[in-house]
Amino acid sequence: MKYALAVYGAAGTGGQSSQTALSFARALLASGHEIIRVFFYQDGVHNASGLISPPQDEQNLPEQWQNLVKEHNIDAVVCIAAALRRGVVNAEEAQRYELPGSNLREGYELSGLGQLLEATVEADRFVTFGD
Amino acid sequence: MSQSICIISTQAPYRGQFAKEALDAALVSASYEIPTSLLLMGDGVYQVLEGQSPDQLGRKNIASMFQSLELYGIETVYIDGESLGERGIAPEQLLPLYTLLEGDAVASFLAQQDKVLSF
Repeated sequence: MKYALAVYGAAGTGGQSSQTALSFARALLASGHEIIRVFFYQDGVHNASGLISPPQDEQNLPEQWQNLVKEHNIDAVVCIAAALRRGVVNAEEAQRYELPGSNLREGYELSGLGQLLEATVEADRFVTFGD
Repeated sequence: MSQSICIISTQAPYRGQFAKEALDAALVSASYEIPTSLLLMGDGVYQVLEGQSPDQLGRKNIASMFQSLELYGIETVYIDGESLGERGIAPEQLLPLYTLLEGDAVASFLAQQDKVLSF
């Protein structure tokens, strides 16, 4: 089945939603389902930040997400408006807004909310994580 | 893209960006010509209270965003009557752009939707 996921919670600091979504995504792939898109919205955009550094004896959710995205070539889209508001930017946006640096992890695309709506329509199942 | 989408907005208007980001999702959905409806439940019903002055918070008035919904083809905002009752809000206190759903009407309304996005 074709699944699309939306993640609304921050990585590790915004409740359980990011971790649950990650586990769910792994389980989907292990069961032979297809993930057509993971869309990061609201505080979920923090999952795509390369600057999150939890203590070494704790899991690094953004890193684990990135590994999954890379390994399975997942279409990982971060809402650009939500990301800019929260300081998650790629080099292009950093230049456009004259910001001192960029932090979007490799493998993620900054794009609009249309990508979320498109995914809801194209997927057989659309599952949201976070409040 | 003719499947219907219902956006449920459940948070108070100035709690972070929840309300605005739910509204943005509704506006983008409608602009893609997806049949879109917006349902306010829980603290989300505060979003359409008349007489908000969030300028004291340095925030933009969310109510004015609701007034732009019609331009995108969202002609009414659905409101859960029970959530109003729980908060002691009378329908007369709201902006006049809503349809009140009482009792089981919420469940049957959601049952008609192809996709539901809750914020």
